[in-house]
Amino acid sequence: MTDPYSLTVNGTDHQVVDAWLGESLLYVLRERLGLPGSKAGCEQGECGSCSVIVDGSLECACLILAAAAVGCDITTVEGLQPGRGDFTTVQEAFIAEGAVQCGFCTPGLVVALTDLLARVPHPSDLEVREAISGNLCRCTGYGRILAAAQAAAKAASDE
Amino acid sequence: MTILSPTSIDEAVAALADPAIQVLAGGTDFMVEVNAGHRRPDKVLSLRHIPELRTWEQLPARDDPAHVRLGATVTYTDMLQPDLAQLLPALAHAARTVGSPQIRNAGTIGGNLATASPAGDTLPVLAALEAVVEVASPLGVRDIPVATFITGPKRTALSPGELIVAVRLPLLDGHQEFRKIGVRNAMVIAVASLALAVDTRTRTVRCALGSVGPGPIRATEAEEWLAGTIDWDRPAATTEAPDLAYFGRLVAGAAQPIDDHRGTAAYRRHAIGVLAERAAAQAFGAGSAA
Ligand SMILES: Cc1cc2nc3c(=O)[nH]c(=O)nc-3n(C[C@H](O)[C@H](O)[C@H](O)COP(=O)(O)OP(=O)(O)OC[C@H]3O[C@@H](n4cnc5c(N)ncnc54)[C@H](O)[C@@H]3O)c2cc1C
Repeated sequence: MTDPYSLTVNGTDHQVVDAWLGESLLYVLRERLGLPGSKAGCEQGECGSCSVIVDGSLECACLILAAAAVGCDITTVEGLQPGRGDFTTVQEAFIAEGAVQCGFCTPGLVVALTDLLARVPHPSDLEVREAISGNLCRCTGYGRILAAAQAAAKAASDE
Repeated sequence: MTILSPTSIDEAVAALADPAIQVLAGGTDFMVEVNAGHRRPDKVLSLRHIPELRTWEQLPARDDPAHVRLGATVTYTDMLQPDLAQLLPALAHAARTVGSPQIRNAGTIGGNLATASPAGDTLPVLAALEAVVEVASPLGVRDIPVATFITGPKRTALSPGELIVAVRLPLLDGHQEFRKIGVRNAMVIAVASLALAVDTRTRTVRCALGSVGPGPIRATEAEEWLAGTIDWDRPAATTEAPDLAYFGRLVAGAAQPIDDHRGTAAYRRHAIGVLAERAAAQAFGAGSAA
Protein backbone atom coordinates (compact mmCIF):
# COMPACT_ATOMS: atom_id res chain seq x y z
CA MET A 1 0.00 0.00 0.00
CA THR A 2 1.25 3.48 -0.80
CA ASP A 3 0.78 6.50 1.40
CA PRO A 4 -2.43 8.38 0.57
CA TYR A 5 -2.01 10.85 -2.25
CA SER A 6 -4.14 13.46 -3.94
CA LEU A 7 -4.99 13.86 -7.63
CA THR A 8 -6.44 16.95 -9.27
CA VAL A 9 -9.06 15.71 -11.70
CA ASN A 10 -11.39 18.07 -13.56
CA GLY A 11 -10.45 20.83 -11.17
CA THR A 12 -11.27 18.88 -8.00
CA ASP A 13 -8.80 17.31 -5.56
CA HIS A 14 -9.45 13.63 -4.88
CA GLN A 15 -7.82 11.61 -2.10
CA VAL A 16 -6.55 8.17 -3.10
CA VAL A 17 -6.12 5.87 -0.12
CA ASP A 18 -5.07 2.23 0.26
CA ALA A 19 -3.87 2.03 -3.32
CA TRP A 20 -1.15 -0.22 -4.76
CA LEU A 21 1.79 1.73 -6.11
CA GLY A 22 1.55 0.12 -9.55
CA GLU A 23 -2.00 1.32 -10.25
CA SER A 24 -2.44 3.27 -13.47
CA LEU A 25 -4.28 6.55 -13.60
CA LEU A 26 -6.93 4.74 -15.66
CA TYR A 27 -7.53 2.22 -12.90
CA VAL A 28 -7.67 4.89 -10.21
CA LEU A 29 -10.08 7.07 -12.22
CA ARG A 30 -12.45 4.20 -12.91
CA GLU A 31 -12.23 2.04 -9.80
CA ARG A 32 -11.42 4.53 -7.04
CA LEU A 33 -12.71 7.94 -8.12
CA GLY A 34 -15.97 6.89 -9.79
CA LEU A 35 -15.02 8.33 -13.17
CA PRO A 36 -15.68 5.52 -15.68
CA GLY A 37 -15.73 7.75 -18.78
CA SER A 38 -12.15 6.80 -19.68
CA LYS A 39 -12.44 3.30 -21.09
CA ALA A 40 -10.12 0.37 -20.38
CA GLY A 41 -9.51 -1.18 -23.79
CA CYS A 42 -6.01 -2.49 -24.35
CA GLU A 43 -4.15 -1.13 -21.30
CA GLN A 44 -1.04 -0.85 -23.44
CA GLY A 45 -1.45 2.53 -25.10
CA GLU A 46 -2.61 1.13 -28.43
CA CYS A 47 -6.34 1.95 -28.46
CA GLY A 48 -6.60 5.48 -27.09
CA SER A 49 -9.92 4.79 -25.34
CA CYS A 50 -8.50 6.11 -22.06
CA SER A 51 -7.18 9.38 -23.52
CA VAL A 52 -7.00 12.18 -20.95
CA ILE A 53 -5.36 15.59 -20.91
CA VAL A 54 -2.56 15.98 -18.38
CA ASP A 55 -1.03 19.43 -17.94
CA GLY A 56 -2.32 20.33 -21.39
CA SER A 57 -1.02 17.23 -23.15
CA LEU A 58 -3.02 14.33 -24.56
CA GLU A 59 -1.92 11.03 -23.01
CA CYS A 60 -3.20 7.54 -22.35
CA ALA A 61 -4.32 7.21 -18.72
CA CYS A 62 -3.32 3.54 -18.77
CA LEU A 63 0.34 4.52 -19.27
CA ILE A 64 0.44 7.01 -16.41
CA LEU A 65 1.37 5.77 -12.97
CA ALA A 66 -1.37 7.39 -10.87
CA ALA A 67 0.94 8.15 -7.95
CA ALA A 68 3.28 9.98 -10.32
CA ALA A 69 0.47 12.30 -11.46
CA VAL A 70 0.26 14.09 -8.11
CA GLY A 71 0.49 17.82 -8.80
CA CYS A 72 -0.72 17.44 -12.39
CA ASP A 73 -3.86 19.01 -13.81
CA ILE A 74 -5.89 16.07 -15.17
CA THR A 75 -8.92 16.46 -17.43
CA THR A 76 -11.06 13.45 -18.30
CA VAL A 77 -13.98 13.21 -20.69
CA GLU A 78 -16.28 13.94 -17.75
CA GLY A 79 -14.48 17.25 -17.24
CA LEU A 80 -15.06 18.48 -20.78
CA GLN A 81 -18.74 19.09 -20.05
CA PRO A 82 -19.38 22.64 -18.91
CA GLY A 83 -22.26 21.45 -16.71
CA ARG A 84 -24.03 18.17 -16.15
CA GLY A 85 -26.28 17.33 -19.06
CA ASP A 86 -24.61 19.74 -21.44
CA PHE A 87 -22.70 18.39 -24.36
CA THR A 88 -19.61 20.01 -25.80
CA THR A 89 -19.39 21.09 -29.42
CA VAL A 90 -17.43 17.94 -30.23
CA GLN A 91 -19.99 15.71 -28.49
CA GLU A 92 -22.88 17.47 -30.28
CA ALA A 93 -21.09 16.89 -33.59
CA PHE A 94 -20.65 13.19 -32.80
CA ILE A 95 -24.40 12.88 -32.20
CA ALA A 96 -25.39 14.91 -35.25
CA GLU A 97 -23.05 13.04 -37.59
CA GLY A 98 -23.84 9.58 -36.23
CA ALA A 99 -20.23 9.08 -35.27
CA VAL A 100 -21.12 6.76 -32.39
CA GLN A 101 -21.66 3.06 -33.00
CA CYS A 102 -20.95 0.81 -30.02
CA GLY A 103 -19.62 3.89 -28.23
CA PHE A 104 -16.60 2.35 -26.56
CA CYS A 105 -14.03 4.45 -28.41
CA THR A 106 -16.14 7.62 -28.27
CA PRO A 107 -14.84 9.16 -25.01
CA GLY A 108 -11.22 8.78 -26.11
CA LEU A 109 -11.96 10.23 -29.52
CA VAL A 110 -13.88 13.13 -28.00
CA VAL A 111 -10.90 13.94 -25.76
CA ALA A 112 -8.40 13.59 -28.63
CA LEU A 113 -10.45 15.80 -30.95
CA THR A 114 -11.06 18.37 -28.22
CA ASP A 115 -7.28 18.52 -27.78
CA LEU A 116 -6.75 18.90 -31.54
CA LEU A 117 -9.33 21.65 -32.00
CA ALA A 118 -7.89 23.60 -29.07
CA ARG A 119 -4.52 23.68 -30.85
CA VAL A 120 -5.68 23.68 -34.50
CA PRO A 121 -9.14 25.26 -34.85
CA HIS A 122 -9.43 24.46 -38.59
CA PRO A 123 -7.66 21.15 -39.14
CA SER A 124 -7.28 19.58 -42.56
CA ASP A 125 -8.57 16.04 -43.02
CA LEU A 126 -4.99 14.80 -42.80
CA GLU A 127 -4.42 16.64 -39.53
CA VAL A 128 -7.57 15.04 -38.11
CA ARG A 129 -6.42 11.60 -39.25
CA GLU A 130 -3.03 12.05 -37.65
CA ALA A 131 -4.57 13.43 -34.45
CA ILE A 132 -6.76 10.33 -34.04
CA SER A 133 -4.18 7.82 -35.29
CA GLY A 134 -3.83 6.60 -31.70
CA ASN A 135 -7.57 6.02 -31.25
CA LEU A 136 -9.00 2.79 -32.58
CA CYS A 137 -12.67 2.32 -33.52
CA ARG A 138 -13.31 -1.40 -33.83
CA CYS A 139 -16.69 -0.69 -35.43
CA THR A 140 -14.52 1.07 -38.05
CA GLY A 141 -16.83 4.07 -38.19
CA TYR A 142 -14.02 6.44 -39.14
CA GLY A 143 -15.85 8.20 -41.98
CA ARG A 144 -18.43 9.64 -39.67
CA ILE A 145 -15.83 10.41 -37.01
CA LEU A 146 -13.90 12.46 -39.57
CA ALA A 147 -17.14 14.20 -40.56
CA ALA A 148 -17.88 14.94 -36.90
CA ALA A 149 -14.42 16.48 -36.48
CA GLN A 150 -15.04 18.88 -39.38
CA ALA A 151 -18.58 19.63 -38.17
CA ALA A 152 -17.24 20.43 -34.69
CA ALA A 153 -14.57 22.73 -36.15
CA LYS A 154 -17.22 24.52 -38.18
CA ALA A 155 -19.64 24.81 -35.27
CA ALA A 156 -16.90 26.20 -33.04
CA SER A 157 -15.96 28.87 -35.58
CA ASP A 158 -19.63 29.80 -36.13
CA GLU A 159 -20.17 30.31 -32.40
CA MET B 1 6.04 1.10 -1.20
CA THR B 2 7.04 4.61 -2.07
CA ILE B 3 7.28 7.00 -4.93
CA LEU B 4 9.72 9.86 -5.10
CA SER B 5 8.98 12.78 -7.41
CA PRO B 6 12.01 15.05 -7.06
CA THR B 7 12.16 18.41 -8.78
CA SER B 8 15.91 18.51 -9.44
CA ILE B 9 18.46 16.21 -11.08
CA ASP B 10 20.63 16.26 -7.96
CA GLU B 11 17.78 14.96 -5.79
CA ALA B 12 17.00 12.26 -8.38
CA VAL B 13 20.61 11.10 -8.50
CA ALA B 14 20.81 11.01 -4.69
CA ALA B 15 17.65 8.82 -4.62
CA LEU B 16 19.41 6.27 -6.82
CA ALA B 17 21.58 5.28 -3.87
CA ASP B 18 18.70 2.92 -3.12
CA PRO B 19 19.31 -0.09 -5.40
CA ALA B 20 15.63 -1.12 -5.41
CA ILE B 21 14.32 2.11 -6.90
CA GLN B 22 12.91 1.96 -10.45
CA VAL B 23 13.18 4.99 -12.75
CA LEU B 24 9.96 6.14 -14.43
CA ALA B 25 9.96 8.69 -17.25
CA GLY B 26 7.01 8.82 -19.70
CA GLY B 27 5.81 5.38 -18.67
CA THR B 28 5.09 4.20 -22.21
CA ASP B 29 7.30 1.12 -21.81
CA PHE B 30 7.28 0.93 -18.00
CA MET B 31 3.48 0.90 -17.57
CA VAL B 32 2.91 -1.60 -20.36
CA GLU B 33 5.02 -4.01 -18.30
CA VAL B 34 3.22 -3.12 -15.06
CA ASN B 35 -0.25 -3.49 -16.60
CA ALA B 36 0.71 -6.87 -18.04
CA GLY B 37 2.00 -8.05 -14.66
CA HIS B 38 5.60 -8.27 -15.84
CA ARG B 39 6.90 -5.56 -13.55
CA ARG B 40 5.98 -4.95 -9.90
CA PRO B 41 7.25 -1.58 -8.74
CA ASP B 42 7.86 -1.24 -5.01
CA LYS B 43 9.89 1.95 -5.17
CA VAL B 44 9.61 4.40 -8.03
CA LEU B 45 11.63 7.47 -8.92
CA SER B 46 9.46 9.60 -11.20
CA LEU B 47 11.23 12.08 -13.48
CA ARG B 48 8.01 13.89 -14.46
CA HIS B 49 8.52 16.91 -12.22
CA ILE B 50 12.16 17.70 -13.06
CA PRO B 51 11.94 20.64 -15.50
CA GLU B 52 15.73 20.78 -16.14
CA LEU B 53 15.65 17.21 -17.51
CA ARG B 54 13.15 18.27 -20.16
CA THR B 55 15.20 21.10 -21.68
CA TRP B 56 17.64 21.23 -24.58
CA GLU B 57 20.39 23.61 -25.57
CA GLN B 58 22.48 24.30 -28.63
CA LEU B 59 26.20 24.57 -27.87
CA PRO B 60 28.61 26.29 -30.26
CA ALA B 61 31.91 24.71 -31.30
CA ARG B 62 34.49 25.26 -28.58
CA ASP B 63 36.37 22.30 -27.07
CA ASP B 64 33.75 20.03 -28.65
CA PRO B 65 32.28 20.50 -32.13
CA ALA B 66 28.92 22.28 -32.23
CA HIS B 67 26.23 20.08 -30.77
CA VAL B 68 22.80 19.90 -29.19
CA ARG B 69 22.37 18.60 -25.66
CA LEU B 70 18.96 17.04 -25.08
CA GLY B 71 17.75 16.36 -21.56
CA ALA B 72 16.67 12.77 -20.92
CA THR B 73 12.95 13.52 -20.64
CA VAL B 74 12.67 15.48 -23.87
CA THR B 75 9.63 13.91 -25.53
CA TYR B 76 9.00 13.00 -29.16
CA THR B 77 6.58 15.92 -29.38
CA ASP B 78 9.38 18.21 -28.16
CA MET B 79 11.68 16.84 -30.90
CA LEU B 80 9.06 17.88 -33.46
CA GLN B 81 9.02 21.54 -32.43
CA PRO B 82 10.49 23.56 -35.34
CA ASP B 83 13.46 25.03 -33.43
CA LEU B 84 14.78 21.62 -32.51
CA ALA B 85 13.60 19.79 -35.64
CA GLN B 86 15.61 22.08 -37.91
CA LEU B 87 18.80 21.35 -35.97
CA LEU B 88 18.26 17.58 -35.84
CA PRO B 89 16.09 16.70 -38.86
CA ALA B 90 16.68 12.94 -38.79
CA LEU B 91 15.71 12.80 -35.12
CA ALA B 92 12.53 14.76 -35.89
CA HIS B 93 11.70 12.38 -38.76
CA ALA B 94 12.12 9.45 -36.39
CA ALA B 95 10.04 11.11 -33.67
CA ARG B 96 7.22 11.74 -36.14
CA THR B 97 6.94 8.00 -36.81
CA VAL B 98 6.69 6.97 -33.16
CA GLY B 99 3.37 5.58 -31.95
CA SER B 100 0.58 8.14 -31.87
CA PRO B 101 0.13 11.67 -30.52
CA GLN B 102 -0.53 10.20 -27.06
CA ILE B 103 2.71 8.19 -27.14
CA ARG B 104 4.74 11.06 -28.61
CA ASN B 105 3.50 13.39 -25.86
CA ALA B 106 4.65 11.01 -23.12
CA GLY B 107 7.56 8.95 -24.47
CA THR B 108 11.08 10.29 -23.96
CA ILE B 109 14.49 9.91 -25.55
CA GLY B 110 15.98 8.62 -22.29
CA GLY B 111 13.31 5.93 -22.10
CA ASN B 112 13.93 4.86 -25.68
CA LEU B 113 17.65 4.49 -24.92
CA ALA B 114 17.15 2.67 -21.62
CA THR B 115 14.62 0.27 -23.15
CA ALA B 116 17.11 -0.41 -25.98
CA SER B 117 14.58 -2.24 -28.11
CA PRO B 118 16.10 -3.36 -31.43
CA ALA B 119 13.18 -1.43 -32.97
CA GLY B 120 13.70 1.77 -30.92
CA ASP B 121 13.21 4.51 -33.48
CA THR B 122 15.69 7.08 -32.16
CA LEU B 123 18.51 4.53 -31.94
CA PRO B 124 19.60 4.44 -35.61
CA VAL B 125 19.62 8.25 -35.62
CA LEU B 126 21.71 8.39 -32.44
CA ALA B 127 24.06 5.75 -33.86
CA ALA B 128 24.46 7.54 -37.19
CA LEU B 129 25.18 10.85 -35.45
CA GLU B 130 27.53 9.14 -32.97
CA ALA B 131 25.63 10.62 -30.05
CA VAL B 132 27.01 10.48 -26.53
CA VAL B 133 24.88 9.48 -23.55
CA GLU B 134 25.51 11.36 -20.30
CA VAL B 135 24.90 9.21 -17.27
CA ALA B 136 24.94 10.13 -13.58
CA SER B 137 24.91 8.11 -10.37
CA PRO B 138 25.67 8.87 -6.74
CA LEU B 139 29.25 7.89 -7.61
CA GLY B 140 29.66 10.49 -10.35
CA VAL B 141 29.02 11.14 -14.02
CA ARG B 142 30.30 9.48 -17.18
CA ASP B 143 29.87 9.73 -20.94
CA ILE B 144 29.00 6.63 -22.95
CA PRO B 145 29.04 6.68 -26.77
CA VAL B 146 25.81 5.23 -28.15
CA ALA B 147 27.78 2.54 -29.98
CA THR B 148 28.84 1.06 -26.63
CA PHE B 149 25.72 2.10 -24.69
CA ILE B 150 23.54 -0.45 -26.48
CA THR B 151 25.05 -3.84 -25.70
CA GLY B 152 22.30 -6.08 -27.12
CA PRO B 153 18.54 -6.43 -27.52
CA LYS B 154 17.05 -4.62 -24.49
CA ARG B 155 20.50 -4.50 -22.91
CA THR B 156 22.54 -1.42 -22.12
CA ALA B 157 25.78 -0.41 -20.44
CA LEU B 158 23.78 1.33 -17.67
CA SER B 159 24.78 0.09 -14.23
CA PRO B 160 22.21 -0.20 -11.45
CA GLY B 161 21.78 3.22 -9.87
CA GLU B 162 22.65 5.12 -13.04
CA LEU B 163 20.39 7.74 -14.56
CA ILE B 164 20.50 8.94 -18.15
CA VAL B 165 20.72 12.70 -17.78
CA ALA B 166 21.24 13.89 -21.35
CA VAL B 167 22.21 12.95 -24.88
CA ARG B 168 24.64 15.01 -26.94
CA LEU B 169 24.27 15.05 -30.72
CA PRO B 170 26.64 16.81 -33.11
CA LEU B 171 25.28 19.44 -35.48
CA LEU B 172 26.14 18.46 -39.04
CA ASP B 173 25.84 20.39 -42.31
CA GLY B 174 24.12 18.22 -44.89
CA HIS B 175 21.03 16.22 -45.66
CA GLN B 176 19.57 13.96 -42.95
CA GLU B 177 16.73 11.55 -42.95
CA PHE B 178 15.06 8.64 -41.25
CA ARG B 179 13.00 5.94 -42.94
CA LYS B 180 10.90 3.20 -41.40
CA ILE B 181 8.87 0.29 -42.70
CA GLY B 182 5.92 -1.18 -40.85
CA VAL B 183 2.38 -2.27 -41.54
CA ARG B 184 0.87 1.18 -41.20
CA ASN B 185 2.06 4.75 -40.88
CA ALA B 186 0.95 5.26 -37.29
CA MET B 187 1.35 3.16 -34.18
CA VAL B 188 3.80 0.77 -35.69
CA ILE B 189 6.94 -0.93 -34.49
CA ALA B 190 9.60 -0.81 -37.20
CA VAL B 191 10.22 -3.92 -39.29
CA ALA B 192 13.25 -2.12 -40.70
CA SER B 193 14.47 1.44 -40.22
CA LEU B 194 17.37 3.54 -41.39
CA ALA B 195 19.02 6.86 -40.60
CA LEU B 196 21.24 8.67 -43.09
CA ALA B 197 23.24 11.78 -42.28
CA VAL B 198 25.53 13.62 -44.67
CA ASP B 199 28.40 15.66 -43.26
CA THR B 200 29.55 18.05 -45.98
CA ARG B 201 32.37 19.47 -43.83
CA THR B 202 34.18 16.17 -43.40
CA ARG B 203 32.75 14.82 -46.69
CA THR B 204 31.45 11.72 -44.97
CA VAL B 205 28.15 9.87 -44.94
CA ARG B 206 26.78 8.13 -41.86
CA CYS B 207 24.19 5.40 -42.16
CA ALA B 208 22.74 3.31 -39.33
CA LEU B 209 20.13 0.56 -39.44
CA GLY B 210 17.41 -0.37 -36.95
CA SER B 211 15.28 -3.47 -36.43
CA VAL B 212 17.64 -5.59 -38.51
CA GLY B 213 20.00 -6.63 -35.74
CA PRO B 214 20.37 -6.84 -31.96
CA GLY B 215 20.91 -3.07 -31.84
CA PRO B 216 21.56 -0.26 -34.31
CA ILE B 217 24.16 -1.23 -36.93
CA ARG B 218 26.48 1.16 -38.75
CA ALA B 219 26.80 0.26 -42.43
CA THR B 220 30.41 1.47 -42.58
CA GLU B 221 31.41 -0.16 -45.87
CA ALA B 222 28.35 1.33 -47.57
CA GLU B 223 29.04 4.74 -45.99
CA GLU B 224 32.63 4.80 -47.26
CA TRP B 225 31.66 3.66 -50.72
CA LEU B 226 29.00 6.35 -51.06
CA ALA B 227 31.24 9.10 -49.69
CA GLY B 228 33.93 8.09 -52.16
CA THR B 229 31.56 8.08 -55.13
CA ILE B 230 29.67 11.31 -54.90
CA ASP B 231 30.85 14.64 -56.25
CA TRP B 232 31.36 16.67 -53.07
CA ASP B 233 31.89 19.91 -54.94
CA ARG B 234 28.44 19.67 -56.46
CA PRO B 235 26.57 17.12 -54.29
CA ALA B 236 23.13 18.39 -55.30
CA ALA B 237 24.01 18.69 -58.96
CA THR B 238 25.52 15.23 -59.37
CA THR B 239 24.39 14.50 -62.89
CA GLU B 240 25.62 10.95 -63.19
CA ALA B 241 24.09 9.87 -59.87
CA PRO B 242 26.22 7.24 -58.15
CA ASP B 243 24.93 3.70 -58.40
CA LEU B 244 22.51 3.95 -55.52
CA ALA B 245 21.33 0.37 -56.04
CA TYR B 246 24.85 -0.74 -55.18
CA PHE B 247 24.69 1.35 -52.01
CA GLY B 248 21.44 -0.46 -51.18
CA ARG B 249 23.13 -3.83 -51.65
CA LEU B 250 26.03 -2.87 -49.40
CA VAL B 251 23.59 -1.72 -46.70
CA ALA B 252 21.57 -4.93 -47.02
CA GLY B 253 24.82 -6.83 -46.62
CA ALA B 254 25.52 -5.09 -43.33
CA ALA B 255 22.15 -6.09 -41.81
CA GLN B 256 21.90 -8.97 -39.34
CA PRO B 257 18.14 -9.59 -39.43
CA ILE B 258 16.18 -12.39 -37.80
CA ASP B 259 12.78 -13.95 -38.49
CA ASP B 260 10.07 -12.93 -36.04
CA HIS B 261 6.33 -12.33 -35.94
CA ARG B 262 6.77 -8.97 -37.67
CA GLY B 263 8.74 -10.16 -40.65
CA THR B 264 11.24 -12.61 -42.04
CA ALA B 265 14.96 -12.03 -42.14
CA ALA B 266 14.86 -12.15 -45.93
CA TYR B 267 12.16 -9.49 -46.11
CA ARG B 268 14.02 -7.28 -43.67
CA ARG B 269 17.26 -7.54 -45.64
CA HIS B 270 15.43 -6.65 -48.84
CA ALA B 271 13.53 -3.80 -47.20
CA ILE B 272 16.58 -2.20 -45.61
CA GLY B 273 18.32 -2.15 -49.00
CA VAL B 274 15.32 -0.40 -50.55
CA LEU B 275 15.21 2.15 -47.70
CA ALA B 276 18.93 2.83 -48.17
CA GLU B 277 18.58 3.36 -51.89
CA ARG B 278 15.63 5.72 -51.43
CA ALA B 279 17.34 7.68 -48.66
CA ALA B 280 20.48 8.10 -50.74
CA ALA B 281 18.42 9.14 -53.76
CA GLN B 282 16.79 11.81 -51.62
CA ALA B 283 20.20 12.98 -50.44
CA PHE B 284 22.24 12.76 -53.64
CA GLY B 285 20.07 11.76 -56.58
CA ALA B 286 18.66 13.99 -59.27
CA GLY B 287 16.66 16.78 -57.66
CA SER B 288 18.07 16.08 -54.23
CA ALA B 289 18.28 18.64 -51.47
CA ALA B 290 21.87 18.09 -50.31
C1 LIG C 1 1.39 2.08 -28.10
C2 LIG C 1 2.89 2.27 -28.10
C3 LIG C 1 3.54 2.57 -29.29
C4 LIG C 1 4.91 2.71 -29.31
N1 LIG C 1 5.51 3.01 -30.49
C5 LIG C 1 6.85 3.14 -30.54
C6 LIG C 1 7.48 3.44 -31.77
O1 LIG C 1 6.84 3.62 -32.82
N2 LIG C 1 8.84 3.54 -31.76
C7 LIG C 1 9.59 3.38 -30.64
O2 LIG C 1 10.81 3.49 -30.69
N3 LIG C 1 9.00 3.08 -29.46
C8 LIG C 1 7.66 2.97 -29.39
N4 LIG C 1 7.06 2.67 -28.20
C9 LIG C 1 7.90 2.43 -27.01
C10 LIG C 1 8.10 3.66 -26.08
O3 LIG C 1 7.12 4.63 -26.30
C11 LIG C 1 9.47 4.30 -26.28
O4 LIG C 1 10.50 3.36 -26.09
C12 LIG C 1 9.68 5.50 -25.32
O5 LIG C 1 10.75 6.29 -25.77
C13 LIG C 1 9.93 5.08 -23.88
O6 LIG C 1 10.14 6.27 -23.12
P1 LIG C 1 9.37 6.53 -21.75
O7 LIG C 1 9.79 7.88 -21.30
O8 LIG C 1 7.93 6.29 -21.87
O9 LIG C 1 10.06 5.42 -20.83
P2 LIG C 1 9.48 4.66 -19.54
O10 LIG C 1 8.41 3.75 -19.94
O11 LIG C 1 9.20 5.64 -18.45
O12 LIG C 1 10.78 3.84 -19.13
C14 LIG C 1 11.25 2.80 -19.95
C15 LIG C 1 12.50 2.18 -19.30
O13 LIG C 1 13.57 3.11 -19.31
C16 LIG C 1 14.02 3.37 -17.99
N5 LIG C 1 14.33 4.80 -18.00
C17 LIG C 1 13.53 5.81 -18.46
N6 LIG C 1 14.16 6.99 -18.38
C18 LIG C 1 15.38 6.74 -17.85
C19 LIG C 1 16.51 7.56 -17.53
N7 LIG C 1 16.51 8.89 -17.74
N8 LIG C 1 17.60 6.96 -17.01
C20 LIG C 1 17.63 5.62 -16.81
N9 LIG C 1 16.60 4.79 -17.10
C21 LIG C 1 15.50 5.35 -17.61
C22 LIG C 1 12.90 2.96 -17.09
O14 LIG C 1 13.38 2.57 -15.84
C23 LIG C 1 12.30 1.79 -17.85
O15 LIG C 1 13.05 0.63 -17.61
C24 LIG C 1 5.67 2.55 -28.12
C25 LIG C 1 5.01 2.27 -26.92
C26 LIG C 1 3.64 2.14 -26.90
C27 LIG C 1 2.94 1.85 -25.61
